[in-house]
Amino acid sequence: MNVQKLIVSSIRHSVVEVFTTMLGADIESCEVSVAQVTPEANDGVVSFIGLAGAWTGTGSISCSPAMACRICSKMLLTEASAVDEEVLDAVAELTNMVIGNVKSDLERHLGSLGLSIPTVVFGKNFKTKSARSGDWITERFVWEGEDLLVRIYLVPEQVGPHPRLAGQACPIDV
Amino acid sequence: MESDVLVVDDSAAIRKILQRVLRQTGMAIRTIHEAGNGEEALEVLKQHTVALVLTDINMPKMDGLQLLAALKASVAWNRIPVVMITTEGGEAKVGEAVKLGATGYVRKPFTADQIKEKLTGLVESTVPL
Repeated sequence: MNVQKLIVSSIRHSVVEVFTTMLGADIESCEVSVAQVTPEANDGVVSFIGLAGAWTGTGSISCSPAMACRICSKMLLTEASAVDEEVLDAVAELTNMVIGNVKSDLERHLGSLGLSIPTVVFGKNFKTKSARSGDWITERFVWEGEDLLVRIYLVPEQVGPHPRLAGQACPIDV
Repeated sequence: MESDVLVVDDSAAIRKILQRVLRQTGMAIRTIHEAGNGEEALEVLKQHTVALVLTDINMPKMDGLQLLAALKASVAWNRIPVVMITTEGGEAKVGEAVKLGATGYVRKPFTADQIKEKLTGLVESTVPL
C-alpha cells in the first residue's frame, strides 16, 4: 500500500463528504502535487492541525477570505461578509473534520494517531514554514470558482511502533 | 415535559450547528446549554438539570472522555445519557467511550437525520421523530 496514494484518496473523500454534509455544496478536486512547500507570502486564511503518533506531521487548509466567509455562511446559515471570529471558527472546524477524517482513514494502516486543536491564521503578506523539511502532499479543490488547498505532511516517527519505517519520508509503501 | 440539553464542544461553530439541529429534531427541549470543554460542562451541570449531554472528544483542558468518566463516576449525573460527537472515528477512542458508558456516538461530519436517529428515545419528543 502506498501511503501517498492513500492520503490523496482520503483527502478527496473527506473534503467532498464534509462539503456535501455540512455545507450542502459540491466541490471538485482538480490537482495533486507532492513537493516541498517553500515559504511564500500569503494573503488569506490558513489553518493548521497537528498529527502525532507512529507517524507525525501537519494538516493544513488554506483559502481566500471570501471563500472563508462563504464556508461560514453555508455551515452556520448566517451571513458572513468579513473574516471575524465566527468565520475563523468555521474554518477551524472544517479543518478539524477534514483532517480528522483523513486521520481516521490512515489509522487503519499506520496505527493510532492523535490530532491537535486546530490553529487558524488570517492576514496579509504573511509566511508560514514547517520546522521539518520534506514533501507536502497538496490537493487543490475548486468551489464556486475559487481554490481551496488541502495539504498534509506526514512522516514515520523516529521512535515508534514501526521502527522499520523510521527516517523514511512519504511516499512510502507499508 | 420539556428538558434541558447540554452541548459541549470547543468549536462555537459546531455548538451553533447542534443548537439548530436539536431544535429541528422535534424533541421537547426547553433550553440548550453550551460549554467549551469538560470543565465548563461540569460547571453548567452544577447549576442546571439536563436530560442529555452531547460532547466532542477532542477538547482542551478536559476532553470528552474525561468528562464522560467524571459523569459516570458521579451519583448525581451517572444516569444522564451521553452521546459523543466527534471526528475521532477510530476504534480506540470510540471503544474507550463505549467502555466508559457512552450512550452512542455521531461522527463529524453529520447530517440532521443522523443526529435525530441517535437521539431518538433519549429525550421526549413533541412530534414524532
